[in-house]
Amino acid sequence: MASTLSTSEATRLAPAARGTQGLRRKRSGPYPFWFYLVPGLIYAVFFLLPTFSSFYYSFTRWDLFTSRWIGLDNYRTFFAEQALVIGLRNTLIYAVLTSGVKVVLGMALALLLTSKIIARGYLRSVIFFPVLVSTIGVGLTFTVLLNPERGLVNQALGAVGVAGPGWLTNPSLAIVSIALVDIWKGVGLATVIYIAGLVSIPQEYYEAAEVDGASRWDVIRNIMLPLAKPATVSVITLSLIGGLRSFELIWTMTKGGPGFASDVIASVIYKQYQAGFYGLSTAGSVVLFLLVTLLVVPLQWWLNRTEAD
Amino acid sequence: MKNTRGVVIGASAVVVTAVFFLVPFVFILLIASKDRVESSLLQFSWPKHFVLFQNITEAFAARDYLMVIAFINSLILTVVSVAALVILSAMVAYVWQRRGGRSSGLVNVLVLAGLIVPPAIVPTIFVLQKVGLFKTMPGLILIEIAFGLPFCILLFRAFIASVPRELDEAAVVDGANPVQIFFRVIFPVLRSVIMTVIILQTVAIYNDFQNPLYFLPGTQNATIQVTLLNFQSQFTSQYNLLFATILLVTIPPLIMFIFFNRKIVEGMAAGSVKG
Repeated sequence: MASTLSTSEATRLAPAARGTQGLRRKRSGPYPFWFYLVPGLIYAVFFLLPTFSSFYYSFTRWDLFTSRWIGLDNYRTFFAEQALVIGLRNTLIYAVLTSGVKVVLGMALALLLTSKIIARGYLRSVIFFPVLVSTIGVGLTFTVLLNPERGLVNQALGAVGVAGPGWLTNPSLAIVSIALVDIWKGVGLATVIYIAGLVSIPQEYYEAAEVDGASRWDVIRNIMLPLAKPATVSVITLSLIGGLRSFELIWTMTKGGPGFASDVIASVIYKQYQAGFYGLSTAGSVVLFLLVTLLVVPLQWWLNRTEAD
Repeated sequence: MKNTRGVVIGASAVVVTAVFFLVPFVFILLIASKDRVESSLLQFSWPKHFVLFQNITEAFAARDYLMVIAFINSLILTVVSVAALVILSAMVAYVWQRRGGRSSGLVNVLVLAGLIVPPAIVPTIFVLQKVGLFKTMPGLILIEIAFGLPFCILLFRAFIASVPRELDEAAVVDGANPVQIFFRVIFPVLRSVIMTVIILQTVAIYNDFQNPLYFLPGTQNATIQVTLLNFQSQFTSQYNLLFATILLVTIPPLIMFIFFNRKIVEGMAAGSVKG
């Protein structure tokens, strides 16, 4: 590799060679590889090494001191145990629901906030602020707000004659309720990404549309939506990755309960780790890795390919 | 006529967002201001006895000032990790952007992998144990650096692409060595993106819960987010103290937001589009 680089280096460094000390520096140039050394080492030791070794340890029974090869047993357990299968299903529900709603709601709010209305700055701030707030704080607050009897949400619903459900206590509803809180917290980010995308659309498009006598709806459908596609790609990718990995909000609000009803892969990984099943926990990490990679990489490729058309 | 429409839609949006986005924060403030008995009713009402400041003092003092220790831990974690991230990722992004060639393809793959791949928890703990840094602050700092590098590198790279090469070449002619070129010539030019990285990473690392939970367990070590969750089980019948703690934990991001609103919004939008 060094030899292939040296020719281009030599040409690039031609001015340097004319300098007083140019000869001494000709070999490494002003862009030395050793700048990679410290960050590369940290990244390799604390990210790459664990990631690669996780494949091996997921096939073992492991107590951090000794590991014994047990083949696919961990994976069999993972896909045979009801609780863990629920976790897999919930992870997908959670990721798809949060990213889908963030795309639609983020786009709608961005359209609203780029139109000619009053109080835009205030609205943008108030929608965005939850993005910055501690997930734990948000989770604890909403756990109280969603309390079935005393919580503000059900009291407000009761005031208008609706019997509110047990948001976090009903097993079939818990994961959806947490996803709604996730959307509450994250929709501000989707909105500002869309606003950035919409603002960057060249003014000529709107002028041309006006000349053609297009309605506001025509402009939204034929100009803003298609040209905001890079923003859509970002919002989908970001919220899908975040949704598949999500742990903090779920752990704060239900700890995966009631029972295992709102467990996701990340909470299963934590529970297996706490229980001392390190091999099984690592198999969970590998499953999560595969899920994220197999969903996000092809999706990215597909979205970016159609973008080029 | 168009203007009245803007006023009507804007005003209704203000009302709707107030219900959805402000009420939860006002609720935190109200519960944090009530006495113990009244707070346990969880009502959205003005406190009969306004005891916010007593509650805050009491929450601070709980369990031998555990929260003060937790805030200090979070401060150390955030400041050291962010400082290291800024310098290290700027160095990588600089060499990466300037060089191109085959090595840059490898960096590209590593950066993208870092953005997508979820970290494998137990093997990471295993590595930390092997190097003797499990359950230590330096260990957690290294973890935050490792996980934060890819995003920061991308932000820096995009900015460095707009810094003219003539700048480095002129410094070479002047006889500066690579370290001098980077720290004296390039680094100062990056001020605006450095601010963005500092703000975004400060928010992210301060709010991080999962990594401290796994890699720095134990009450004395705990960061403020982990302590907050621990308080949930300790303050089961003291919602006023729990919400006073939530309020305190929310104040640093609020201050950041008041001062750097525009920078944060721009940085997050730009960072996610590039990522």
